[in-house]
Amino acid sequence: MLDIRNLQVSVDGKAILKGIDLQVKAGEVHAIMGPNGSGKSTLVQLLAGREGYAARADAVLYQGAELLGMAAEERARQGIFLAFQYPVEIPGVANVYFLKAACNAIRRHRNLPELDAIDFLALIRSRLKLLGMDESLLYRPVNAGFSGGEKKRNEILQMAVLEPTLALLDESDSGLDIDALKVVAGGINALRSPQRAIVLVTHYQRLLDYVVPDRVHVLADGRIARSGDRQLAIELERTGYADTPAGHPAPPASRA
Amino acid sequence: MNTPQASSASYYAAAYQRLSPLLPGGGLGWLTQARRAALARFARHGFPTQRDEDWKYTSLAAIAAARYDLWPAACVDPLAGVVSQRALAGAHLLVFVNGRLHPGLSRPGDLPPGVRLNSLAYCLEEQPASVDPLLLLGAAAAAFADLNLAFMADGAYLHLAADCHLAAPIQLLFIASQANLAIQQRNVLWAAAGSSACIIEQHVALGEGSYLTNALSNVVLEAGASIEHYLLQQESPAASHIATIDVRQQANSSYSSASFAFGAHLARTGITVALQGEAARCSLDGLYLTAGRQHVDHHTCIDHRQAGGTSRQLYKGVLSGASRAVFNGRVVVHPDAQRSDAEQSNRNLLLSDKAEIDTKPQLEIWADDVKCSHAATVAQLDEEQVFYLRSRGIEQAKARTMLSRAFAREMIDRVACSPLQEALDEALREKLRVMSC
Repeated sequence: MLDIRNLQVSVDGKAILKGIDLQVKAGEVHAIMGPNGSGKSTLVQLLAGREGYAARADAVLYQGAELLGMAAEERARQGIFLAFQYPVEIPGVANVYFLKAACNAIRRHRNLPELDAIDFLALIRSRLKLLGMDESLLYRPVNAGFSGGEKKRNEILQMAVLEPTLALLDESDSGLDIDALKVVAGGINALRSPQRAIVLVTHYQRLLDYVVPDRVHVLADGRIARSGDRQLAIELERTGYADTPAGHPAPPASRA
Repeated sequence: MNTPQASSASYYAAAYQRLSPLLPGGGLGWLTQARRAALARFARHGFPTQRDEDWKYTSLAAIAAARYDLWPAACVDPLAGVVSQRALAGAHLLVFVNGRLHPGLSRPGDLPPGVRLNSLAYCLEEQPASVDPLLLLGAAAAAFADLNLAFMADGAYLHLAADCHLAAPIQLLFIASQANLAIQQRNVLWAAAGSSACIIEQHVALGEGSYLTNALSNVVLEAGASIEHYLLQQESPAASHIATIDVRQQANSSYSSASFAFGAHLARTGITVALQGEAARCSLDGLYLTAGRQHVDHHTCIDHRQAGGTSRQLYKGVLSGASRAVFNGRVVVHPDAQRSDAEQSNRNLLLSDKAEIDTKPQLEIWADDVKCSHAATVAQLDEEQVFYLRSRGIEQAKARTMLSRAFAREMIDRVACSPLQEALDEALREKLRVMSC
């Protein structure tokens, strides 16, 4: 599904990623952990098509096609989805209008008929229910005036509607209370399937109690310092990132 | 003298000699005299140039050099389609073709007692006593007002009797179909004490010819009267559109206007509001969208002359291509106008680095107990927002259009008349489609 070989990325001349190798197969869930500033967000944003990075790699293949140089909207249409760490507020654009435009852009690409207002509403209602969200949220401007938790749920709602093949989740757990975390985790788990892959970027391991990963990678100073299974995340929770290069200790578990 | 100015003056003088027997109100001595005086003023001053502070950013060279026809030919174009496409549900409709009322296409409907809605030409010819000379002569002496006075042949004449409330809007639909014509249109909107109405003035074109609309509206609100006045400018892409709106308000009256400028190659809307009575309120909204090499200019002047007046201005612009827009908002608070409250805001979105906005607030405050504020912003699309939309599969051009529309929609959301809101939304979509190409 995703095959990254020797990915190096810099921003304004400063090296952020210094040679990443990562292979994610369909059906897998990978967690990418690491201290602040280790390049976790840069990696997923680059994969989603954010511009402004100087990137080179031996290969960044998604379903066999080279990703670098592909426009962000094209990646989305081919099934890549990024849940933003900081979802962007768009005053003046109703959430429902935005979601329908996105959904139909992707359906057109998949040669599926566009959904009309009624069919779309039926689809979105089922997803809202899944995430325990109120319908009134559809008619508010995208993310504008949303609480932190509402914004994160809105990202998961979009993911549930767009049904990506490769979901990249950038700290979708940060700032959530335990109930909201369970809802977000439920939304992610509902998407798990043998045809899909999920990459979770997280600072803390508590999300991984609810979304159990197949692989855990620790990113530090622009490189993957360690990889392992779920046990690695549990170990990190205990020891922090202190023994990873340029790392910082994780906060006490009681705060997480 | 063989300057262009002198020759344009002699052109209009000769045209007046030829056309004066045809102009309405020929039997009214005061009007003929005023027309001649206006023409003489125009001959002295000519069109303003960019050395004139008020026209610093807007060149009239093309209008000054043009030799427009001043009398329309019989219109043979089929117009019923345009009218049915533009007519707003439930409105009292008057249709003007090339500046003249077209009775066959108009559908004034049932007007309640106390409402007189007519063609100005008809009033001048058939009911001259009903036309107050002060209304027609009151506008500021300026080149376009003078030419309008000299050549005005028709327009809408609305009189609302005291306490008369008109529920449905009045739609004045002006259709231009003749290339090289100068349309000198004059409207009179007169609301007696306590009356209210909503007036939609819409300018559209058949075809893409070059012509000039020189429209002048005299608006009078007596004590406690209320007028909503919508200006919808959708002229041909080669046309010039000059609109002058002269508003006089008595105590406790309320005037709100919203100007939507989508069309024309060169457009200028000048609104002058005199708050002549205490506690009068006015609100001026504007939305302009410009593409290609369009030039759209809004000049407002609000004169707080008496105590307790309130004025609000919100103008928004979206500029693409190598287009240019001008906003000049002047607010004058006279010494007697204590407790005046004036707010002005101009917000612009530049979609291209070749587009240009000149925005200038001008506050002149001669009273001490006043609240006045102004703000002007010029911004580009937020690239974070563009990326967010693109990351959901929405292509870049569509994303930019969605965000521009969101910026502009605010002005349409503020429109109280719902059939007009729909028409404006459609016009906005169409314009943004053109702008994204």
